[in-house]
Amino acid sequence: MTDLSVPLDQLIACPCCDALHHATVLGETERAACVRCGTLLITPRTRSFLHVIALAFTAMILMVGAVFFPFLTISAKGLSHASSVFEAAMAFSDGILAPLSLAVLLAIVALPTLRFAALIYTLWPLSNGRPAWPHAARAFRLAEELQPWAMAEIFIIGTAVALVKVAGLASVSLGPAFWAFCALIIVTALKNVFMSKWTIWRAIEQS
Amino acid sequence: MTPTVSVLTARDAGLTGCTRCGRVWPEGTQACGRCGARLRRVSTAGLQRVWAWWLAGLIFYIPANLYPMLRTATLGGHQQNTILGGVVELLAHHNYLVAGVVFFASLVIPVAKFFAIAYLALSVGHERRAGSHPHLHLYEVVEFIGRWSMIDVFVVAILSALVQLGAVASIHPGPAAASFALSVAFTMLSAQSFDPRLIWRGPAQAKDP
Ligand SMILES: [Zn+2]
Ligand SMILES: [Zn+2]
Repeated sequence: MTDLSVPLDQLIACPCCDALHHATVLGETERAACVRCGTLLITPRTRSFLHVIALAFTAMILMVGAVFFPFLTISAKGLSHASSVFEAAMAFSDGILAPLSLAVLLAIVALPTLRFAALIYTLWPLSNGRPAWPHAARAFRLAEELQPWAMAEIFIIGTAVALVKVAGLASVSLGPAFWAFCALIIVTALKNVFMSKWTIWRAIEQS
Repeated sequence: MTPTVSVLTARDAGLTGCTRCGRVWPEGTQACGRCGARLRRVSTAGLQRVWAWWLAGLIFYIPANLYPMLRTATLGGHQQNTILGGVVELLAHHNYLVAGVVFFASLVIPVAKFFAIAYLALSVGHERRAGSHPHLHLYEVVEFIGRWSMIDVFVVAILSALVQLGAVASIHPGPAAASFALSVAFTMLSAQSFDPRLIWRGPAQAKDP
């Protein structure tokens, strides 16, 4: 059923089952799924690259706010203590747990930021119809490979659990960084919905 | 349930598909010319890496449950909590929903993940070529849900940074936080090393109709 006389760049192999398909440019809301296993091969390209860039840029600005503004403030018996996301990451910084501090900082701040930057770097020239900048393929692949390790959304759920745990011990108020972080997660999710990987790979290849 | 769709795979056609971007290349090509990812042939050789990470994850999971995750010092005295101890304490305070979330993320998901990856790796080559949807779904769930186990590590980080009120109350992380984080990271690497295309390879003698 798959005709092999076409050029290789018009074929797409399902990453989950290796089935070969013909890749075609789809309409705005069309999607292509693997005939055998159902994995989405081509997600709809609902928005232009410019929308994705705008969202990634917004997310980076929100990240700056999320890191430097106070995140949570705790008070009990007249004492109070404010902590930022940076301090939360540095909670493990003494003794044998120090490498864990670095890992937490990577997972909630560095890797998400790096992914947004790589995405903007890849898409900016493409959205203007210019050839991709050098190493654009590497940058976009990096953004894709880092995805499982960028854990901003898991961090927010962790925050919710922590809030419940301290509820009996002291009173906690939410700082602006907390809301910046929540907004960041929504923006990131929107960006993922608007992005069609296959379209981006194709654009990089053809530029 | 035997779908009779005859499917041509990249492997059958003498090609290797890029698992990162989907582009196909003639068999024997080392790296994808489009995205630069290393091309992996569909082969059981990669299962060794799955098992290596799996074992590393299991080894670190044991101290993660035995050592304290949190050390709490309040005016009333000192207290140490393991992962399970933290869940029990939440239950004692009637926070059933949060206790459920932590129990699920820190105990159910990691243990289920060890079983699921082992099952997937052991059953390679035993599926019927045409219908391995349950195995693929299991793989997708494992891939999607594994990272959520990190919740407890972040809880410890936030509590330790936030609750620093001198003698009134202070919380410090315990050694289990590091071993638990490593265990989760290793099982994530184990799941990532598993090539889902193996699920569809089926017994060597079975050929497409
Ligand atoms: Zn497929
Ligand atoms: Zn590729």
